[in-house]
Amino acid sequence: MAESAAVEARSVTKTFGVAPDLVRALDDVSVAIEENEFFTLLGPSGCGKTTLLRLIAGLELPNSGDILLAGRSVVHLPPHERPVNTVFQSYALFPHMSVAQNIAFGLEMRGLARDEIARTVGEMLTLVKMQGLDARRPGQLSGGQQQRVALARALANHPKVLLLDEPLSALDLKLRQGMRGELKSLQRRTGITFVFVTHDQEEALTMSDRIAVMDRGRVQQLGTPLDIYERPVNKFVADFIGDTNFLEATALGEEGGFVRCRCAGGFELLVGGIPPAPGATVTVALRPEKIVLHPGGAHGTVTQAVYVGTDTNYVVQLSVKTDLGVRVQNAVDGRARFAVGEHVGIEVPPGAARLLKD
Amino acid sequence: MADPRATLDLKRQPGFGPVAWFCLFMLYAPIAVLFVFSFNAGRSVNNWSGFSLDWYVKAFHNEGIQDAAWISLQVAFAATLAATILATAAALATTRTRPWAGQTGAYLVINLPLMVPEIVTAIATLSFFALIASLSGIRFGLGTLIITHTVFCIPFAYLPIRARLEGMDLTLEQAAADLYATPWQAFRRVTLPLLAPGISAGAALAFIVSFDDFTISQFVAGPGQQTLPIYIYGAIRRGVTPEVNAISTILLMISILFVSASFLIGRRRQ
Repeated sequence: MAESAAVEARSVTKTFGVAPDLVRALDDVSVAIEENEFFTLLGPSGCGKTTLLRLIAGLELPNSGDILLAGRSVVHLPPHERPVNTVFQSYALFPHMSVAQNIAFGLEMRGLARDEIARTVGEMLTLVKMQGLDARRPGQLSGGQQQRVALARALANHPKVLLLDEPLSALDLKLRQGMRGELKSLQRRTGITFVFVTHDQEEALTMSDRIAVMDRGRVQQLGTPLDIYERPVNKFVADFIGDTNFLEATALGEEGGFVRCRCAGGFELLVGGIPPAPGATVTVALRPEKIVLHPGGAHGTVTQAVYVGTDTNYVVQLSVKTDLGVRVQNAVDGRARFAVGEHVGIEVPPGAARLLKD
Repeated sequence: MADPRATLDLKRQPGFGPVAWFCLFMLYAPIAVLFVFSFNAGRSVNNWSGFSLDWYVKAFHNEGIQDAAWISLQVAFAATLAATILATAAALATTRTRPWAGQTGAYLVINLPLMVPEIVTAIATLSFFALIASLSGIRFGLGTLIITHTVFCIPFAYLPIRARLEGMDLTLEQAAADLYATPWQAFRRVTLPLLAPGISAGAALAFIVSFDDFTISQFVAGPGQQTLPIYIYGAIRRGVTPEVNAISTILLMISILFVSASFLIGRRRQ
């Protein structure tokens, strides 16, 4: 069974409502999630990521397709018979039970011995650094503490797969950043497969082993954070992850494994991707931080400079219709390197830009 | 300078005070009079002749009152129990299921007794049981009163239970299922404890509605099934004494007790 994926969705389709208000939440989605993987479902709200999570948990039934856990179809099992546990977005802690009772709930339902339950609850409280708070009610805890209890309650059952539905979205920024590191190290230590749902690209990029970027009920791209950021396959992925310039360009021909393209403003660049026919009009995705500006060039004019601390974000006008966003690290004394109105030259290292499908 | 809040604050509108005091006076002055004269030493209910607890002592020793109170309590407890169980089931069925055809209809039917004039219910119930008796010869005895009370108590029990269910986070039950609880365990360990304040509030309301009912009971009650309100009505026709005031005051106290309990329980853990 070693080859079986921890979680697998096969051609899963899920619709809500009836025509004409029919919503296709998942449209023929297939994903295989490996054991011990930190796997993220990333996308805007309504993209189907939470629906997929709920299908794995058994809280929804698919219209068609199959859900497998460790190679075994579970699509017809109710949630309480599936060996997965969920951390809900709202935490869903039982308000009438203490922290310890919350953590013990799953163990009691499975009929474990009293002393074993007590021992596991103790371990979990230590794991999430909540010792001494076992008698508190959820209402007496801060958001961050509730988050830890929800995590402990799910992990107490030693699930093979832990499902996390936007668990950090209710926390404030500092706490969220701290919890990212904790979640990641927790996943490494426990060796549990994490399926993590988020709309926050930064969360996805910093924590995941692999990311599935979803939109309109389909997986748009599946890959490592580096793949997704550096080699987006389409306009949606390039646009959703990070900031991107989309440039209309004319393909001139192949050159050293790259495609030479000419953009508005007359500058040429070497683009990575599958070569199109020479003379074709293509869309090129170019990250603002990969562009090098030279003073005194003739490609464009700086029309805006916005100071953002470490960097300055410039808008460089290439032609009447085309603006380019460029992110440049500030000088050591913190001053911006270019001024509004300055004429600049643009240099793009070979392969820094990508050709996109649609 | 005019206070900018004045236009928004009802309490600052001209005439608010007098209207409010008039309403409160009309609501509570009659009850205050009833209450005060239950302690009258004389036989009059409008001529004060000194303080005494005699009428309470007399009421407690009156066998007619004792019997009526016993009937009322039996009916109220049985009707409350049945109505609360049915109302809980109905509230679950109208909130915890996928939307089904006729759901709005069911909601209306459950709450219909609140809108049908009591006298109509009374006469309809009377003829209904009379028909059953003439067709089959079955008589339910005190059961007739209990069944009738159960029916009109259901909406009173249903409303607070439903309100509580609607305010409850659905993901709690999903979390229980996710943590290996069977549907019954999830209900028993999560839904029911969280629903308890709503059920208690509903039961308290049902009890008091049954205990206080006059119109329907008057029509439906058979011989020897005199409830307390029916007894009081009869007593008044024999001549009003402060004894009636004393029983009414006790009824009022029981009502206040239950309604306050219902309110306090309902507010807990909200």
